[in-house]
Amino acid sequence: MTAAVRSRRVPAKWVRGAIGVVVLFLVLEAVTRAELVTPDYLPPASSILRETFDLLTDPSFLGDVWVTLQACLIGLAIAAVVAVPLGLMLGLTDTAYRATVVVIEFLRPIPSVALIPLAILIYGRGTEMKVSLVVFACVWPLLFNTIYGIHSVDPVAADTARVFGLGRWQIGGRVYLRSASPFIFTGLKIATSIAVILAVSAELLAGGSEGIGIVMLENASVGNQRTVYAVTVVTGLIGVVLVGMLGLVERRLFAWTSAERSLA
Amino acid sequence: MTTRSRRAQRARGVGLQVAVVLAVLLAWKVGTERADSLFFPPPNKVLSEVWNGWILDWSTSWNDNLEPSLTRLLTGFVLAAVFAVALGVAIGRSRTLGDYVAPIIHFVRSIPPPALLPLLLVLLGIGDDMKVVLIAVGVFPPILLNTADGVRSIDPLYLDTAAVYRIPRLRRLTRVILPAAAPEIFAGLRISLSIAVILMVISELIAATNGVGFRILQAQRQFKMVDLWAGLVVLGAMGAALNAVLALIERRVLRWRRT
Repeated sequence: MTAAVRSRRVPAKWVRGAIGVVVLFLVLEAVTRAELVTPDYLPPASSILRETFDLLTDPSFLGDVWVTLQACLIGLAIAAVVAVPLGLMLGLTDTAYRATVVVIEFLRPIPSVALIPLAILIYGRGTEMKVSLVVFACVWPLLFNTIYGIHSVDPVAADTARVFGLGRWQIGGRVYLRSASPFIFTGLKIATSIAVILAVSAELLAGGSEGIGIVMLENASVGNQRTVYAVTVVTGLIGVVLVGMLGLVERRLFAWTSAERSLA
Repeated sequence: MTTRSRRAQRARGVGLQVAVVLAVLLAWKVGTERADSLFFPPPNKVLSEVWNGWILDWSTSWNDNLEPSLTRLLTGFVLAAVFAVALGVAIGRSRTLGDYVAPIIHFVRSIPPPALLPLLLVLLGIGDDMKVVLIAVGVFPPILLNTADGVRSIDPLYLDTAAVYRIPRLRRLTRVILPAAAPEIFAGLRISLSIAVILMVISELIAATNGVGFRILQAQRQFKMVDLWAGLVVLGAMGAALNAVLALIERRVLRWRRT
């Protein structure tokens, strides 16, 4: 019975959140209608909203979104294939970890966007260039979260598996990899938002023919601010949807752990 | 284990690290010479460009590249940090306020900051204002969210004690709330610092007449691959140095913590 009551009442949190969004929208609308800022620069909020809906139903724009997303997904997949086994190895053998930590710590602070000029020269302006950047940027969170996850595996679990006669590879896969998987997934979530950032920045800097960043550039160059705002809103929505989906998957896959997992 | 064997072990560890670094450099050198690719110069050329182009000509590289970049980065970072910590404390103290703004914050957070570039270029032009605002907007959400988290998870006992002793609001803020939330705030600052470096580079690649990013872009336009790689090495060193400074400040500020 309590469950039924709970489900019928909308949580106060949602109501307040909705009120916050509506108030912000009304303030923006009032500011833009009052033309405190030149409408050329800041068009009315409602017209941006309408433009956003138009974009979301426009097949050619959705094609551009897909081009950008494709680069993100391919890059993420490659990064995961590289980073997770490497992280497993470095997490399991202390010597390897200590030997490579200097090299890793030097590579990591190189801001990935600084590689855009180099990637353009090597790969041109297409998907390959974007994928290479996404891979470089996304390897780090995946690698570090994997290592972190392996390090936090209860040694008793591994010892138990050994006592039961499991081999090296079986212990690696069935104990370490599985126990570390929630951490790896957190790394994947971080990497996903980084991937979108890199793909869009690469498009903005390199130009090209298709992609979210290109649509932005083209509209900005002809002074079509309304569409630029709308595209910005759409990129925000993409982020919300991607992370939200991963959150759902996470809750399903890792219901067995309740521990808070966040890596600073 | 005796101290001597521990020291020997550590020495072996350092030796191993040096060996791996040398091995990587050697592999880089052999690989690039074997491949003889225009795009991948050997490490000795890159490092000598860092030495000759950046370090020996320090006054030029400082005035034209490092100083403008660092000024933009730190201005945006400090600006965002002040406002984000203030708002974060407010949100952390009042769950109701947090509920009102949560969806907006999560939405703004998921817009990739570079996507704001076309808008900021129109609104603020191509000057330093645009770059500082871009950096500030990008680093704002992580600091805000971490501060709010940190403030929310303060042990109520501290706040109750402060209330019982009638410690004034301002003192309660500076002596109880901020110190208790400091570890989380610093975690947010650390994440933000690397984002700030990224955004600084992006803004300089788009529109600038000086800065480290501008120098990299120039090298690319003139197909000077060695200069391009040297710029990347300098950026890596700069990022590492900034991280080290922040870690130093963190250790000082959090000295009172036992762990």
